Amino acid sequence: MSFPWARHYEPKNPVMKWVDERLPLPRFVYNAIGAGYPVPRNLNYFWNFGILAGLSLVIQIVTGIVLAMHFHSSAAGAFDSVNGTIMRDVNAGWFLRFAHANGASMFFVVVYIHIFRGLHYGSYKAPREMVWLLGVVIFLLMMATAFMGYVLPWGQMSFWGAQVITGFFSAIPVVGDWIRIWLLGGYAPDDATLNRFFSLHYLLPFVIAGVIILHIWALHIPGSNNPTGVEVKGEQDTVPFHPYYTAKDGFGVGIFLILFSTLIFFYPDYLGHPDNYIPANPLSTPAHIVPEWYFWPFYAILRAFTADFILPAKLWGVLAMFGSILLLFFLPWLDRSPVRSANYRPMYRVAFWVLVADVLILGWCGGSPAEPLYVIISQIAAAYYFAHFLIIVPIISRIETPRPLPNSITEAVLGDEGGSRITATAATA
Amino acid sequence: MATFEEGVSPEQTVGPGGEILDNPRRRDYLTYAAASVAAVGAGVVVLPLVNSMNPSADVLALSTTEVNLAAIEPGQAIKASFRKQPLFVRNLTPKEMAEADAVPVSSLRDPQTLEQRTAEGHKNWLITLGVCTHLGCVPLGAGEGENRGPFGGYFCPCHGSAYDTAGRIRQGPAPKNLEVPKYNFTSDTVVVVG
Repeated sequence: MSFPWARHYEPKNPVMKWVDERLPLPRFVYNAIGAGYPVPRNLNYFWNFGILAGLSLVIQIVTGIVLAMHFHSSAAGAFDSVNGTIMRDVNAGWFLRFAHANGASMFFVVVYIHIFRGLHYGSYKAPREMVWLLGVVIFLLMMATAFMGYVLPWGQMSFWGAQVITGFFSAIPVVGDWIRIWLLGGYAPDDATLNRFFSLHYLLPFVIAGVIILHIWALHIPGSNNPTGVEVKGEQDTVPFHPYYTAKDGFGVGIFLILFSTLIFFYPDYLGHPDNYIPANPLSTPAHIVPEWYFWPFYAILRAFTADFILPAKLWGVLAMFGSILLLFFLPWLDRSPVRSANYRPMYRVAFWVLVADVLILGWCGGSPAEPLYVIISQIAAAYYFAHFLIIVPIISRIETPRPLPNSITEAVLGDEGGSRITATAATA
Repeated sequence: MATFEEGVSPEQTVGPGGEILDNPRRRDYLTYAAASVAAVGAGVVVLPLVNSMNPSADVLALSTTEVNLAAIEPGQAIKASFRKQPLFVRNLTPKEMAEADAVPVSSLRDPQTLEQRTAEGHKNWLITLGVCTHLGCVPLGAGEGENRGPFGGYFCPCHGSAYDTAGRIRQGPAPKNLEVPKYNFTSDTVVVVG
């Protein structure tokens, strides 16, 4: 850790001392999530969501490894192994399956809040650009993993989801059809597709875990951002991660697990789609194909393009959908305002909340059938989404007059009272 | 050959007359050559990994389908399966053929005539993949009593693409006409697709 007042690891236990001298792993943990990591003292509960995302990944990996022990990855056997064997015969299989399916939703809820936290408090700005870039990489990997996982039960939505998503690639000029056939390993989703998706679905979470380590490593160089967006000025602005934030995160974990359990035990299918309880049928398309809720905003952007303009509408839709995420890579350089936190940026603060509403509207359209009204609304909302990042944010960062920033985190937290107390102490001393 | 004792550094070489030449490029050549061989080797190794993801021989073995047309009355269509994809085989009525011919080809998104989309002498047999060219859903219209859409051909329920009686895209987001696979009439009532 970069702050000079960070506590140093001094093992008292001789075994830990012995290990630390040979492999400084205990030191690494102490400096990452122990008392050796000084954290701004004013973090609010939105800073819980990084830990919650990590916890979600652990839950997905643990339940997923056990589920894989009972899963048959074949077009003939997958549906029965999930809905028959795992749900009815395997001991506690229903629990593992519902925990894994709803765990994916919880993971996305937590990550979306984590991303919007970063957008609101300017956590993507210098010197934390690399943290943000790695975060976008994690998000892309999560989307790929979730999509492939949803195909595995081989129900109607699984099958047609695979058909539609791999169909995006056929929009690429010239080589598109060849790429699609290569991805599927055939002309339509089948055994080859299911098996490679299973293989990659098992692999990618470990890749995500690796990128998370880089994400945290990059974070710990400048240290955490905070609700004021003002950099840490001295030791009085920080508290050690342990016990202060281990305790605060522990409370958040408790709330998270209560909500997660409510989903698993009371509403296990609420976020799913009934069509996925029908076995995959390559000759019959469900009337209304929708992805899982966490893809709805992007699905709405995909469907918003209905007219050919130089390129076919289908290719525009695909480019816009991928572009809407790739755009996030450029955000640290699109927003030139030196002030991080929206609390001190009156115009950006409004734009932020309009963006939140816009993404919710896109999500609502993406989950609805492709009827003219929804298409028109998603066209407007998609246009606004791009305008926010490419036009509104760059302009605001030039013309906005930020509110005066506090001199330090301590001043922001304690205000005049803290100021006077410090002065009083200084006077006594 | 010169040795270190004679004061030749790794950056230098010894000329034919025993003189010492500053010639770092000779070592660069070795570095580039070694790196190139390694890069080609890595590329060659990636090839079978990538190629293994292409359709395997057992998938390709299913690549022809024989369809018996004898039982399909004019105005009727059937769904068969070709390469695990739905295949629509439709016996067009004279009225449907006339409707398809009446459309000015230049007005179409993907301009093709019914003749170009059917086999010579078998203009009434419209054989297409049942895969919407938008995102791959199966359009309605081949089954008994299904919605054939505003142009009397096929209608995709996913995003509202409508195809006419020649399987050509007329309305909605799909960019192309329904794909016509390669096929041969082995007799008047049997067609081999693929």
